[in-house]
Amino acid sequence: MSARTRILVPSGVLGLGFDSEALARAVALKPDVICIDGGSTDSGPYSLGTSTSKYSRAVCVREWRQLMQARAQLDVPLIIGSSGTCGSDDMVDWMLEITREIAAETARDDAAQTLKLALLYCEQDRHVLQEKLVQRRIQALEPELPLDHAILESCTHIVALAGAEHIQAALDTGADIIIAGRTTDTAVVSALPLARGCHPGACWHAAKIAECGALCSTHPTSGVIVVDIDDTGFTIYPTADQARCTPHSVSAHMLYENTDPFILYEPGGHLDVRHARHEALDDTRVRVTGSRWVPTSPYTVKLEGARLGGYQTTLLALLRNARYVKNARAWVTRLQDHLHREINASLSLAPNAYLLDFRLIGDNATLGDLETRADIGHEIGVLLIITAESQALADEIGKLVNPFLLHYPLTDDEPLPTFAFPYSPAQTSRGALYEFCLNHILELDEPMDAVRLQQVTL
Amino acid sequence: MKVSDVVDSVRSKNAGPFWVTIDIFCGNEEAYCTIADRLKTDKVADAMGQATTALKRFDIAELNVVKFSVHRPVTQGHALDRDQHGAQWSMLIEDLELDT
Repeated sequence: MSARTRILVPSGVLGLGFDSEALARAVALKPDVICIDGGSTDSGPYSLGTSTSKYSRAVCVREWRQLMQARAQLDVPLIIGSSGTCGSDDMVDWMLEITREIAAETARDDAAQTLKLALLYCEQDRHVLQEKLVQRRIQALEPELPLDHAILESCTHIVALAGAEHIQAALDTGADIIIAGRTTDTAVVSALPLARGCHPGACWHAAKIAECGALCSTHPTSGVIVVDIDDTGFTIYPTADQARCTPHSVSAHMLYENTDPFILYEPGGHLDVRHARHEALDDTRVRVTGSRWVPTSPYTVKLEGARLGGYQTTLLALLRNARYVKNARAWVTRLQDHLHREINASLSLAPNAYLLDFRLIGDNATLGDLETRADIGHEIGVLLIITAESQALADEIGKLVNPFLLHYPLTDDEPLPTFAFPYSPAQTSRGALYEFCLNHILELDEPMDAVRLQQVTL
Repeated sequence: MKVSDVVDSVRSKNAGPFWVTIDIFCGNEEAYCTIADRLKTDKVADAMGQATTALKRFDIAELNVVKFSVHRPVTQGHALDRDQHGAQWSMLIEDLELDT
């Protein structure tokens, strides 16, 4: 068996788009596998909290159809990891449903075609994790978050990040398409070349550089990247017009979204690129050698969990009056004190039973207390985010706040001002707020202990 | 002299929900040496409202990059989080005055 493995990564994530011509060029190079990521924690806890996709279903269908067609043309595996942004079990089923729809379209043209699917489910049972916590098989990562049975119980969804071993188990079924729940960004790319005996350091390093698609090139939005991995290193190149990989664009990608630019922790070990060498083969291709894979035991998988953090209602008022703009911070402090008194008088709530978070847009809305600039323009947006234990309560507080946000004066002895509300009604129910509450790893005896593999034939 | 007077660009981005990582792309060796020598770690930690123990520093001469990874001031998505992706914290670093 040839150890060289050619991998096509169409884009950094399904739903973000890619250059179709660049995809066709990459397909013509006859890759051994097509790999794409379906998500990450990047967009925040809402996706995992609610077990839903952040991306448009219609866009995912359109892109997945193109990738399924490319796969059929090549007759190689197509792998998606972290399906539906958060990689929950529901989102594996969501991708399965999309795949079924597209397969049904194709089946009308070619009745004989069958598709073998392998599904990897990564969601974790809270009660099993509670036992693992007692057995001290769950460890905190830095920064350390508290963890107890109640916190695990409060999570709406918990996933374990699958590794290369899980994708390999799915590949071993002979699947045409692998739909995985939450996986590490790199596992979908590294699995096949590792199984075929390519250089382990090169497999993981190539996977890290390629997992964001063309982000490691000079044309990040073109999406498509190809990486050839062999028994000494890897060669990486984009296929879009005018896109290039350079030693700098490739080596700089190890910085991206990584706390440590030299060491990357994965289930079963870590990648060490401290001695990696980057060499331009020509204008577009970069050769990388010298990366190391360091296996460690026990085998661990990272956990991600989200839980309800309350319900929110927002109001936005605009200050254009020069005196109020100039004194916006003092006005908000005075208004906030007044609101706490009014809320206590009408709803019998202490200030710690809800949250009024004012953000002064045009002053320090982005950086809060860390803001160092004091220059202010001619208008200020006052965004109030109310968080309470129910939507009804957040909405009720919003209605109570409404007239004061509109009319509250800077001093008691002046006519009531009226600020600008940009729409009616002034308040907006935002629904549930979720928060990440796990930064931990789970020890396993066997990699498959935390992940369930199922096969489906279409 | 400020960081932004010397370097090509500063990028900040979440590295997972609990960390933010800041990449200072100096652009050339001279700028890199200026930042490596004159941008003190405690100044960066202070700008981010964090203790220096919550911060990691990497001086990467081959890339002319100085990188800091720091605990997020609040966890991504928390009710008090103002920047879900952590990309605007780079402005704080651009504005830092270099030591003489």
